[in-house]
Amino acid sequence: MIDKTVPGTADAVAGVADGSTVMIGGFGRAGQPVELIDALIEQGAGDLTIVSNNAGNGDTGLAALLAKGRVRRMVCSFPRQHDSWVFDGLYRAGEIELEIVPQGNLAERIRAAGAGIGAFFSPTGVGTELAEGKEERTIDGRRYVLEYPIKADVALISAYRGDRWGNLIYRETARNFGPIMAAAATTTVAQVDEVVALGALDPEAVVTPGVFVNRVVAVAPRGWVQDGIFVGGVDIEGRPLEVLS
Amino acid sequence: MTRIGREELAQRIASDIPEGAYVNLGIGAPTLVANYLPSDLEVILHTENGLLGMGSAPAPGLIDPDLINAGKQPVTALAGAAYFHHADSFGMMRGGHLDICVLGAFQVSATGDLANWSTGAPGAIPAVGGAMDLAIGAKAVYVMTDLLTKAGESKLVAECTYPLTGVGCVSRVYTDHAVFDVTGGGFQVRELFGGTTVDELEQLTGLSLQLRIES
Repeated sequence: MIDKTVPGTADAVAGVADGSTVMIGGFGRAGQPVELIDALIEQGAGDLTIVSNNAGNGDTGLAALLAKGRVRRMVCSFPRQHDSWVFDGLYRAGEIELEIVPQGNLAERIRAAGAGIGAFFSPTGVGTELAEGKEERTIDGRRYVLEYPIKADVALISAYRGDRWGNLIYRETARNFGPIMAAAATTTVAQVDEVVALGALDPEAVVTPGVFVNRVVAVAPRGWVQDGIFVGGVDIEGRPLEVLS
Repeated sequence: MTRIGREELAQRIASDIPEGAYVNLGIGAPTLVANYLPSDLEVILHTENGLLGMGSAPAPGLIDPDLINAGKQPVTALAGAAYFHHADSFGMMRGGHLDICVLGAFQVSATGDLANWSTGAPGAIPAVGGAMDLAIGAKAVYVMTDLLTKAGESKLVAECTYPLTGVGCVSRVYTDHAVFDVTGGGFQVRELFGGTTVDELEQLTGLSLQLRIES
């Protein structure tokens, strides 16, 4: 019997080695696998290269991992946000390396890694400083730059529901980088709100087939959904709204 | 000389967006355009974090942290909306499937080069996000901006001095003074707001401008 589910988040991140490249899903807070990141902090791996669209928000999740000094290098498209003070401080102090990648190239480089593509020509960034030193080619009259895949040792992603074969569905725009990161890593770990019985996910609606997933762990379900129905009552960070008396 | 306000400019841009268009509105002022799209026309808004059919902001009690726009603000999804992952989302742009994208700018050059992601200031933390993909990723790229910086310098320039976002990618510039088309021969004035004249625009921009002749 195949069973990719693991009992807890500590089991889910077991074995992440120092010096690993770790992809972390999410766009801002949406789809950020906060419980897996907390477990990775606890697990202790350091000298990490993190591939993620942003570089942490507030003091939790990826920001907390950065604050612990576990990250040597960030590969991302948009580190600077109104609440990215942890990254900002490390960068200004020269304590972290940064590779900026245009968001679409970041996504396609991750996709290429998962799809076995050796490299590809992208029109994004042509003629800009982010394409300096890259091979350029004109194809059918349009300029392109050569971009290489980004693969990872580990991907940590957040989905909505999964089964023991690792099939996943997501929720709304929290899907973002999850499906492509799942395919681009040697070991992919998905946190889900709920592990459902095999067969409970409609095969027509599975977004990430289990072949791309190695470990599935259930975490505390998001508070704004009950029995699959959106109930609201939270702010943009998912905190319950103050009850007005 | 007449200037129009930001809301009025958003309204002006919205009036140029036809029914059936797939449109991406950049972060900042361009998002205002959504407020002026006529409710009886179907225009499909794309947000690069994975949604087609984006609706307006939710009521406070109905914020869904999983449903956000590129600016990470809460939004809603219209009936008929679709979610997709990031590679598909940027494939929609790069593959030329979006009709119009509206972006802000630091500078636009006479050949349609766009600079809007970095001032190149030393010590600034670079952050490009989807700007370079958007710049080359729609059939028509519109810029929405004030004509002048706060210091009074023209944002329309012969050649960009700020780091480029995209080369030769801008098709039209909507400013608070006038609307300009980028043509093979430089900026062409498409529309003047109020009493603004081409002579005044040439003084403000230091560029030689042509007036578009309606045929």
